Amino acid sequence: MKVVLRNLTKKFPSRNKKGEEVIAVNNFDFEIPDGKLIGLLGPSGCGKSTTLNLISGLEAPTKGQIFFGDDDVTRLPPENRGVGLVFQNYALYPHLTVLENIMFPLGNLKGKDKMSKQDMQKKAIEAARLVQIEQLLERRPGNMSGGQQQRVAIARALVKRPRVLLLDEPLSNLDARLRLQTREEIRRIQQETGITTIFVTHDQDEAMSISDMIVVMKAGVVQQIGPPQEVYDDPVNLFVATFLGTPLINVFDASVSGGRLVIGSDRVLPVPGAKDGKIIAAIRPEGFILDRDGPFGLKLSRVEVMGRDTSVVSTHPDCRSPFVRSIIPSRKDFRSDGGLVRFSLVPEKVHLFDPESEKRVPFETGGTVQ
Amino acid sequence: MKKNSLKAWLYLLPAILFLGCFMVYPLVDVLVYSLEEGYNSASQSYYGVGLYNFSYVLRDPYFLQAVKNTFLLVIITVPLSTGIALLISLGLNAIKPLRGFFQTVYFLPYVTNTLAVGLVFMILFKKTAYTDGLVNLMLHFFGAGTVDFIDGPYWAKMFVLCFYTIWVVMPFKILILTSALASVNPEYYSAARMDGANSRRIFRKITLPMISPMIFYLVITGFIGAFKAYSDAVALFGTDLNAAGMNTIVGYVYDMLYGNSGGYPSFASAAALILFAIVLTITCINLLISNKRVHY
Repeated sequence: MKVVLRNLTKKFPSRNKKGEEVIAVNNFDFEIPDGKLIGLLGPSGCGKSTTLNLISGLEAPTKGQIFFGDDDVTRLPPENRGVGLVFQNYALYPHLTVLENIMFPLGNLKGKDKMSKQDMQKKAIEAARLVQIEQLLERRPGNMSGGQQQRVAIARALVKRPRVLLLDEPLSNLDARLRLQTREEIRRIQQETGITTIFVTHDQDEAMSISDMIVVMKAGVVQQIGPPQEVYDDPVNLFVATFLGTPLINVFDASVSGGRLVIGSDRVLPVPGAKDGKIIAAIRPEGFILDRDGPFGLKLSRVEVMGRDTSVVSTHPDCRSPFVRSIIPSRKDFRSDGGLVRFSLVPEKVHLFDPESEKRVPFETGGTVQ
Repeated sequence: MKKNSLKAWLYLLPAILFLGCFMVYPLVDVLVYSLEEGYNSASQSYYGVGLYNFSYVLRDPYFLQAVKNTFLLVIITVPLSTGIALLISLGLNAIKPLRGFFQTVYFLPYVTNTLAVGLVFMILFKKTAYTDGLVNLMLHFFGAGTVDFIDGPYWAKMFVLCFYTIWVVMPFKILILTSALASVNPEYYSAARMDGANSRRIFRKITLPMISPMIFYLVITGFIGAFKAYSDAVALFGTDLNAAGMNTIVGYVYDMLYGNSGGYPSFASAAALILFAIVLTITCINLLISNKRVHY
């Protein structure tokens, strides 16, 4: 089921004395294609969960419309929308067994949809099998691990065959190992059922690794929408560039002079097409190439060996963070004798942003360092 | 090690002293009294040991009347007061404006003196030479005859006693239940609403089980409190409860000790132990039932 948001806006009445309204969701206007897994990504308080609540129907929008396919569901109450919602804390009913929890939505069906107890059980067991918890049906949520509870919550959301599945921070309550496992699991369940799934997260790793498409948000405003790799490679503004990627992108206060990017006193990269003047340069850690004759000199402070690759930590006075992190393939002959290390840069991994608007400044990446 | 345990005993001493003096010693004493036949408090003498006190009390019509009154009171007031309190709490939980005001109003009886409340009930129900009381005026208005609630038929007196008891115990129950309702995580309601549960099913399947420990607590304490009823009856019907036929078990115990016909600590002790046995049995039954119905 395709989900379409049209000019969707949600304002909350002010809680401070000045009486300013809080705009949690500002004029969202995008389409989520059918059968895809979509990650709503953004820092805390950016309106991700509100968006989810609007789609689920738990909150009513101030303005705008929501469509599932061609149905306008904006005014429908949550129970008539055909959505399954998995809460951040799962909201499993502690006094019911796993089976009873999963059966609960089915027990609410009325009229011609009403099911016999056997049918309900059959459906519930089917859903339990899908999330691989069929051996835990008689347990109560209190005696289960976070990961198992998560699966029960997903099964409960899926048992009614929703048109859209919503997950609110599905992995935030799990430990690191379980998180990796569960995100694969969510991907698998989504692909097996083919239900359009929207999940909210503040963890870019999580969003990038399993989503077909990510929606990056900040302060109630959509920043960029696209496949994760595309958003990573082509961030539209500084926020998106810094929000995606670990280690963080390295941000420098730089300038352009004569078609070249200048950081400190190094003319590090030809950037044909960029205007002269002050500029923000952001370089992905993997954009550095160790090069004895490279144009970019950094003061080495330490080397972190991570096995597969090596993280070179250095400093530069014009870097906005205390350290510049670059990831290079690990090599035995790297000597950390202090002093200067020299790099050349991969043009595709360097992004320029306007210092005022922080919007992306394009340049042609064809050139090479001279 | 030895020194440490000495220290421990020293720390425990105040509690042990108090509990020993005011709990354990009297309890043992009650047991002893109840078994001493023909105990005379003036001469501190008795002529036998046995179960005569119990058989006397169990055959005493006043005691049987008190047991009947107490059981009626318990059976009527505990479910009714808990149920009504639950309804009021649900109502309080559902409204937003004036919630604080209503909470205060419902809590007022809790901080009001029992005897003062008894007086108010007298004015409401008592028939005097000058007036039939407010309730009777209302009964007249609906075309019913005068009922003497304080000195009249048994059912009328029982009605007043139950009404009074319910009114007195309600505030505490409302307080407990409103806080229990407020402590239910609203996510459960959101989840249930997402799943399409109507409000009746939400109440039956989610709210009720979630607050069941508190309801259970109120039922247990309600049972115990109602079995121990005494001052309510005194407030309404005066101190000579046997004459009014409205005595309770605790009232009977008191009368046996200090009342007009009093001076029989042995009978009082036996009655007290019978009450204890009743309360213990009922509480055990409650616990057994609760294992199935209460979800912690």
